[in-house]
Amino acid sequence: MNDASERKLILSHFWVAFIAFVVACFMGEYQVLERSGFIAAWDSPSVYFASVSTHGVLMAFVLTTFFIMGFGYAIAASSLKQPLWNKPLAWLGFWMALIGVVLAAIPLLSGKASVLYTFYPPIVAHAAFYIGATLLVVGSWFWCVIMLVMFKQWKQANPGETMPLAMFATAMNALLWLWTSAGVAVEVLFQLIPLSLGWIDTIDPGLARTLFAWTLHPIVYFWLIPAYIAFYVFVPKQAGGYLFSDEMARLAFIVLAVFALPIGFHHLYMDPEQAKGWKFLHAIGTFVVALPTLVTGFTVIASLEIAGRLRGGKGMLGWVVCLPWTNTMVLAVILSLLMLIFGGFGGIVNASYAMNAMVHNTAWVPGHFHLIFAGTTVIMYLAIAYYVWPILVRKPLFSQPLAIVQLWTWFLGMTILTTPWHVLGLLGQPRRISTVVYNNLLTLAWKPYEFMMIFGGLILLGSAVLFIYILAKTQLSASAETVSVTIEFAEPLHAVESLPLWLNDFKLWNKVIAVLMAISFGYPILQFFFMDTSGSSPWGY
Amino acid sequence: MQKESLKQQLQNLSSQISAMHLDHLERKWITISLLVIGFFVGIMTIDAFFHGINPPGKVETVDSASLHLSKEFAEENLGVQVDDQGNITVRMVAGRYSFFPKHISVPAETRLTFRWVSMDVLHGVHIPMTNMSTMIVPGYVAEITTTFPKPGEYPMLCNEYCGLGHNHMWSNISVIAKENWTTPAKLVSKGGPSHE
Repeated sequence: MNDASERKLILSHFWVAFIAFVVACFMGEYQVLERSGFIAAWDSPSVYFASVSTHGVLMAFVLTTFFIMGFGYAIAASSLKQPLWNKPLAWLGFWMALIGVVLAAIPLLSGKASVLYTFYPPIVAHAAFYIGATLLVVGSWFWCVIMLVMFKQWKQANPGETMPLAMFATAMNALLWLWTSAGVAVEVLFQLIPLSLGWIDTIDPGLARTLFAWTLHPIVYFWLIPAYIAFYVFVPKQAGGYLFSDEMARLAFIVLAVFALPIGFHHLYMDPEQAKGWKFLHAIGTFVVALPTLVTGFTVIASLEIAGRLRGGKGMLGWVVCLPWTNTMVLAVILSLLMLIFGGFGGIVNASYAMNAMVHNTAWVPGHFHLIFAGTTVIMYLAIAYYVWPILVRKPLFSQPLAIVQLWTWFLGMTILTTPWHVLGLLGQPRRISTVVYNNLLTLAWKPYEFMMIFGGLILLGSAVLFIYILAKTQLSASAETVSVTIEFAEPLHAVESLPLWLNDFKLWNKVIAVLMAISFGYPILQFFFMDTSGSSPWGY
Repeated sequence: MQKESLKQQLQNLSSQISAMHLDHLERKWITISLLVIGFFVGIMTIDAFFHGINPPGKVETVDSASLHLSKEFAEENLGVQVDDQGNITVRMVAGRYSFFPKHISVPAETRLTFRWVSMDVLHGVHIPMTNMSTMIVPGYVAEITTTFPKPGEYPMLCNEYCGLGHNHMWSNISVIAKENWTTPAKLVSKGGPSHE
């Protein structure tokens, strides 16, 4: 990435992502405060639900999409060692997505789109919200095209050679996102936008929910894959060792992408519009997709062990002590894996078919996804930012110790926030209430946990502000020394000599995905056109 | 001929897999992972097929806009009903921002079939500490069968965002010891007590 225009493109994406992130952190802290009811004057469902909707959109759609696009450009340019293909197209995608965000932000902030980031028809928001969200997704499709074209071009220029692992996973993620976003795109284009503009009179919420479930599971893998890429291609090198297995990493990414897609019905376990047989099928697939994560955990820990032993670690756990705990990437992966263990456990509970009834739509669920997304995934986004910032702005990181403090506080805050959140869920608290008004004994038990969440949120907010401060200081400092390092990728323990075609290409996997999607979503979507359904009229909120 | 090529392809694939560097520890870990996953799926399967523990999934449509005109969900038919065989069915309507009827009494340790419908938007209902949980999607009947083991007063909470008054959408259910429960008289649902 010696090209200044490429660095500017990547930095622009990252800044949009991280500004959205810090704004949403302020909203998060407001929400835990409002929800607890400690400040009576703040009690306002209309402000609360506008804030929750905006927080969700900023974190889940803006932070992720812009970060992933910027990160993909950085990976493509550095791992393939060639300039980015079609930069004007990349900028077009950036501006389209950004205009989409602004367009969606206007109704969100003015309380005209308090439908939460998962939409919930037949409640309908202002059309600008759906159109803005659509532009964001279409902008990201340009990124997908650029990634896949660069993947193909490199293969043609280097026949028979092994695609660098980082690019293999990034292009796989682009393919995954094209498949993933198709479900919500159909819902928004054919149901929500026409309904919000009054072109159609009714909507089938069952069909809308089914289409959204198509997107809802794989989208979290779209967000997670950059974190896994950092696990595999940055961490072993930063720890001072080698990647345990390059082939197994590829296999994990493939299984992740293929099985993330046909399993969305675990979001519909409690829904009446899909039959239990389909839910059971998707439940099995959900358990299968745990496999690549278990393999990833093994490979990453094995790679860390190699590094620890190379650094003089002895005995069964002595290597853990010898790891470079003050390296931001290494610290982040350790904290990330800790959160993954507990978050993964919660995920297995959610995935468990009928047992889901105990936790469905309770506070357990946001507790779970904050731990696994805002914890496991986002802490790697932060570590990636610390790693690439000096490369992008060509100045040394403002403060390494502050960055370490920031990562520890993010972990600590997330632990204090999400543990009581899980407990509240087990105590029956619904997830999407703005305050507790139930006149019932049960709710007395909720209070201390809500207080803990305020404290956890406060630590997270401080940590997020510190993160932005470090990035801004790094970029704006008048440092005399120019840093000219490049991204370094981990070497595998055993050099890859030759790979079978199916580990170096997506043609086969694309077909496998098509077949699995046809099996798992074909009939469940078609049934709505055969059944005698009555549509629902649009409602305000 | 085609069989032959398939066989060859499979042999090819297996030789390619065995050519990969697969550490013996890695092999062990993958085996353990598969066994753990298999164990979980096994429990789920046994529960689903032998104990009948399933999430709601009876795909049954209804016109949510005209529930009051329907036979089943007209106001006088809501609440707890016992048929000739002694089967208990509880018919409930969810609408912003309440469940109707507002209060019901059901027996403990008895099989209950709940039939939930929405008259407007998306709702959900959960009785905390029990598995009486379902989404209520307009246009569909959510049917769920369960048994409450312990008598007591339980809150019945809407657990899906349904509008700015969502917080206020809840009601009570009394679970009464089996021997003390009496079949409700017809029209019990009219003018039930308010919870507030």
